[in-house]
Amino acid sequence: MADASLPTTALADGDAAHSAVRRAFGMSIGAAVVGVLVLVAVGLVSATSGAAGLPVKGVLGALFDWVPLIGVDSSLSTTQKNILFEIRLPRLVLGMLVGGSLGVAGASYQGVFRNPLADPYLLGVSAGAGFGAVLALGFGLDLSWGPFDTVPAAAFAGALVAVLASMAIARGGGASPATLLLGGVAMAALFSAAQTYAIQQLDETRAREVLSWLFGQLNTTGWKQVGLLLPYVVVCGVVLFIHRRHLDVLRVGDDEARSLGLDPARSRLVVIVAASLLTAAAVSVSGLIAFVGLVVPHIVRLLISHSYRVIVPLSALVGATFLAFVDIGARTLLAPSELPVGVITAFVGAPFFAVVLWRDRWSTT
Amino acid sequence: MSSVLTASAQSAENAVRSVPALSCRDVRVSFRDQEVVCGVDLELDAGQWLGIIGPNGAGKSTLLRSIVGLADYSGTIALGDGQAPGAADIALVPQAPIMPKGMTVAEYVLLGRTAHLGWLARESRADREIASSVLHRLELTAFADRFVSTLSGGEAQQVVVARALAQQCPVLLLDEPTSALDVGHQVSVLELVDDLRRTEGLSVLAAMHDLSAAARFADRLILIDHGRIVAEGRPAAVLKPDLLSAVYGTPLTVQPIDGELVVLPEPRRRAKPPKEAP
Repeated sequence: MADASLPTTALADGDAAHSAVRRAFGMSIGAAVVGVLVLVAVGLVSATSGAAGLPVKGVLGALFDWVPLIGVDSSLSTTQKNILFEIRLPRLVLGMLVGGSLGVAGASYQGVFRNPLADPYLLGVSAGAGFGAVLALGFGLDLSWGPFDTVPAAAFAGALVAVLASMAIARGGGASPATLLLGGVAMAALFSAAQTYAIQQLDETRAREVLSWLFGQLNTTGWKQVGLLLPYVVVCGVVLFIHRRHLDVLRVGDDEARSLGLDPARSRLVVIVAASLLTAAAVSVSGLIAFVGLVVPHIVRLLISHSYRVIVPLSALVGATFLAFVDIGARTLLAPSELPVGVITAFVGAPFFAVVLWRDRWSTT
Repeated sequence: MSSVLTASAQSAENAVRSVPALSCRDVRVSFRDQEVVCGVDLELDAGQWLGIIGPNGAGKSTLLRSIVGLADYSGTIALGDGQAPGAADIALVPQAPIMPKGMTVAEYVLLGRTAHLGWLARESRADREIASSVLHRLELTAFADRFVSTLSGGEAQQVVVARALAQQCPVLLLDEPTSALDVGHQVSVLELVDDLRRTEGLSVLAAMHDLSAAARFADRLILIDHGRIVAEGRPAAVLKPDLLSAVYGTPLTVQPIDGELVVLPEPRRRAKPPKEAP
């Protein structure tokens, strides 16, 4: 307690307490603004670079022209406009959506599991999706359903089966974070084994095709993939955004959270379902992109705040920026051939993460 | 400043009318067929400090956990109005609170508003004002931006009390709140709670290890052994040497010092020192 004999004015006191509470409540607007600016800059670089270089001015003009009620003459030719709107932008937007989804899902998983090593693939999403994709690609099953092509549909189904199985196993054990985690480990092992066995049965061409999917890639055919992912991003994103304060309450443990008026099991269930759906949707269109979901929330945590009010929204921003940035390299480094973006996320992410870690002290929450 | 804490002020009025703030009827808790709380009846009057004493494993903490809904129980636990209590009615100060890394004191105190938020879980201006007035009330403004994980034990326990106060509950439950503190901080935390009880009209139910502190701060005591109440009443009526010695399994004496009861272990009978060699 502050020493009562210290002469303090009530007004100065009031400012200190009130501004601290405001900071605790606030969202780090400054960091969000910087994040958006960086995202836009990365987006511009991405849109203009590639096999066919597009002039920045022309790209900006075409973009403004696209906005209703604004007429701007763009210097781009019709071909260039086609490249921009049918190839570059869909891929850029997909990269941002996938990166943002993995960032948010990773932050949410770390929150509900109270574990800094949690990532969106923890409950077997990756193994389940991989197994589904291997079955579809390798054995030529036709699982296309409505707008969903075979591979995304199979990957999505596999991911959900794995997560539901993990949760079903853990239910029997009381569904504490630790039991859930163990359920996820068991399911991931099972599906990985099944996936390995399935790949072994394939001929070389098909195995290669499957492996390239497993590495993760952002291949687009127009805006189709964006359209598939967008509804999940909107719905799950809103749910996770609303629940970000629940994650802060969970930081004091289930018992205290309950005594504060939160139902930990309910919050955990909602967040896990939303984050898993989001991850499954992202994985179904992009394959397994490693590292983003694990590292992005830590970068936000180490640079800006430990509060999930800040970590959840900023992980979306940082994840989107990170994947969009890395995809520039995936497209251009070995042009005309392409690097799997999942390989580069790990190559770029690991050293970057190391630098951030060295800069700041490691924290376990 | 305390006028912001209106819910508590209302319960001060209740104190005048002497409505029980909380009552337990035949509360039983079992773990795997083993009954650890065996039919406890208690009544906490508004504005009162009721101390629960008893040896380790007697069921004190389990009783408190059942009151805040952390343990399944049979029987009735009800507020004065007959309603089952929730997180907006009873605030818990746990024995070993978890202090998350990277969480500021202000953020921690705001967690106390959880039960009062809508489904968007967004604090209103009023919630923020309550948090800052609590920081003022407990003279914690200088700590508001500190990380809770960097606080000393005494500071941390004050911050937990602040969070409980921000919950704006008429009833405060303390689960051996001072067992990790040195004697100076023990007294200051208990005095803080006692002070809040008077100014904010809180009712306090506290499981306590320190029998002398229980005698000093509690209006009434309940002595629990093996899940049952074995004595109940004013401290002077409960703190009897024979009874305490039997329950705690070691000889204890009760000494009045300056009008307060002090419970001490009986002096050890030392073996006679060996005769010094001539």
